[in-house]
Amino acid sequence: MSVGPHLLLALLEGTVGALVLALTALGLSLVFGVMRIVNVAHGEFFMLGAIVAWYVSTTTGSFAAGLVVAPLVVAAIAVAADRLVLRRVGYEPESTIVATIGLLYILQQLVLTTYGPYARPVEAPVYFRIDFPWFGYSGYKVIVAVVAAGLLGITWLALSRTRLGLRMRATQQDREMAQAFAIPVARIYTIAFGLGAALTAVAGALIVPVQQAHYLMGLDALLMSFVVVILGGLGSLRGTLVAALLVGLSDGVVSVLFSPTLAKIVATLLVGLVLAVRGRGLFGEETA
Amino acid sequence: MASRSRRNFLKAAGALAVATSLPAPWTPRAVAQGGSAPLRLGFQVHRTGIGAVYGRWYERTTTAAVKLINEKGGIAGRPIEIVAEDDGTDPKRGAEVVEKLAVQHKVDLIFGTLFSHVVIASAPRAGELKIPYLVVSEGYHVASGRLNRYVFQPGITDVRSQVTAVAPWILKNLGKKVTLIFPDYAFGHDHRDFFSRMAAAQGGTVRALVPIPPTETSFTKYFPRVPADTDVVYHVMVGPGVLTFVKEMGEHFGRRRPQLFGFVDSLEGVDLASPGLEFLEGTYFWEAFPRYASPTTPAHVRTYRERVGVNDSGASVGDPKDVSTFSHMFGCWETLFVIKRAVEQSRYRNPGAGDYKAFVETLEGFSSFPEGLEHPQGAKRFVGRLHQVFGHQTISRVEKRRLGVVHRTAIEDSMYPPEADYTKQPL
Repeated sequence: MSVGPHLLLALLEGTVGALVLALTALGLSLVFGVMRIVNVAHGEFFMLGAIVAWYVSTTTGSFAAGLVVAPLVVAAIAVAADRLVLRRVGYEPESTIVATIGLLYILQQLVLTTYGPYARPVEAPVYFRIDFPWFGYSGYKVIVAVVAAGLLGITWLALSRTRLGLRMRATQQDREMAQAFAIPVARIYTIAFGLGAALTAVAGALIVPVQQAHYLMGLDALLMSFVVVILGGLGSLRGTLVAALLVGLSDGVVSVLFSPTLAKIVATLLVGLVLAVRGRGLFGEETA
Repeated sequence: MASRSRRNFLKAAGALAVATSLPAPWTPRAVAQGGSAPLRLGFQVHRTGIGAVYGRWYERTTTAAVKLINEKGGIAGRPIEIVAEDDGTDPKRGAEVVEKLAVQHKVDLIFGTLFSHVVIASAPRAGELKIPYLVVSEGYHVASGRLNRYVFQPGITDVRSQVTAVAPWILKNLGKKVTLIFPDYAFGHDHRDFFSRMAAAQGGTVRALVPIPPTETSFTKYFPRVPADTDVVYHVMVGPGVLTFVKEMGEHFGRRRPQLFGFVDSLEGVDLASPGLEFLEGTYFWEAFPRYASPTTPAHVRTYRERVGVNDSGASVGDPKDVSTFSHMFGCWETLFVIKRAVEQSRYRNPGAGDYKAFVETLEGFSSFPEGLEHPQGAKRFVGRLHQVFGHQTISRVEKRRLGVVHRTAIEDSMYPPEADYTKQPL
């Protein structure tokens, strides 16, 4: 394959990967931004999204139903985790890390016990192959990219234009001051945690027809989300989007043109470089 | 009357005391010597991690074989008791599991492991503990001589022998220019090394080598590395991403695909009727043991299938979507029957240097296993100095979303010059 088609495939892979990654990382960034906690169980919400989507779409026969139900179920689990665990440890940074590590194992083992160790496929709602002269590409993957981009846009609008978004941003900037202005901070926290989980669950559900649902699939999603969120600047939504595009596209291009392992090395080096030069990440705000 | 009663009571109490106190230290040994204490077999199994689907079927097959052996009187009159421990398909935990089974559970022997990185990490511990360790893996690690005198692979053939047997057929029937796609660890490296060697010897060329990390979940980015003039893509993949791998390969190549020859590992545990696999029609796979039953399937194979609980398509009788790892799991069944034979012939009784020496030397003395219910996959030749078994391989073609056997190799086709001799190592 010559360089042109090679690059086309690299850009296609990169764009699809970047948009799904953005959706996953946005949830992590949102939770960190608003609640100032590092959710180590974030990848498990991605996995749960995929598992629930598999369950619903195989029992009802409708992938769309799975896509709608998965984020709702996962958000409900996240809300319960927030109420039962995170609130009780007072959102202390150290305690929440340990608590969410515990949550990671509980969710993973629950899925292993009930769903089993299988990697199960879900039939894509539309299956077609885009036949380029040099190679073929999954049409469904392109649809995934479009849907992910749409959801990112909707989230952006919700955060920047709605009353809820305003309250979230206010809580993010100054928790005490927001409380003084009668913003129900505890409820905002719950909503942020639920919304963060729902966003990554949608990403998980969208990816099932491409990658199958498996109980260990959350780890990669978590690691790449961390790379993106640290690169973009903790808590910065704009930074998350830019970093996801940067990491996703570089991953696609370096993977196809050179090697996927090199792509991971480049992503990690990028984080190291950015942190060395600009400790708060690309778009992170200076904290006192 | 009262005193008689009291005397009787005291007598009875005394007898009871003797009965309860005396036999305690003596009974187990007496029973053991009488031959009815269970033979405890440590089963190292991938219940979790990337090998979990294999582990699940290894466990079902083991349970079925143990049930059959116990129904027929056990091993040397002793029933088998399985002590299973999950190694998480993790090399570090693998070594810990060997230790736990040997030291804590005090099992007689250990068997069962599959993934090569776990075997390679666990085997040295078995050697240090001097406990027989019978793996149901496939890598060349046992036969290569890299392990130790306590490690055997008597129930399943190794990658080198499989590749040696099928490579001439591939090069003759599918094409001379081959690109290999394989998992980037020991098991995949065996494919890479031995197929490349066979290709060179048979006048073929390896156009490219494409290693893939075993935990990879997305594969499209690897396919551009298959050169355009490739006649045959030789693919082997393992783990939860196998269906994605095959589907993405189909999307990438489409109708212009080269010939495809896959090790069935790329589809183990996967329903051939899964969406996106239509392009596999007419492609070829290596199978150790044909997944789909046919009218020519022998009676003992049908009994094996019934006992293990798989239907004619190789899926669970209870759940047709639960597809077995048919081409690997028979190894557990056959290994248990080899253990039976070696224990009985060596007169093995208890863990310890003397009995283990007899067991190891007896096993090393075996030279063949006849086809039958104990060895349903086919007759085997065992090479004691290599601790490795050799057997038949099959090549199957996908026709109407099923695999049909088109070629079965002879045992001789899979033999190679031995590079090791474990029998020279001290016990």
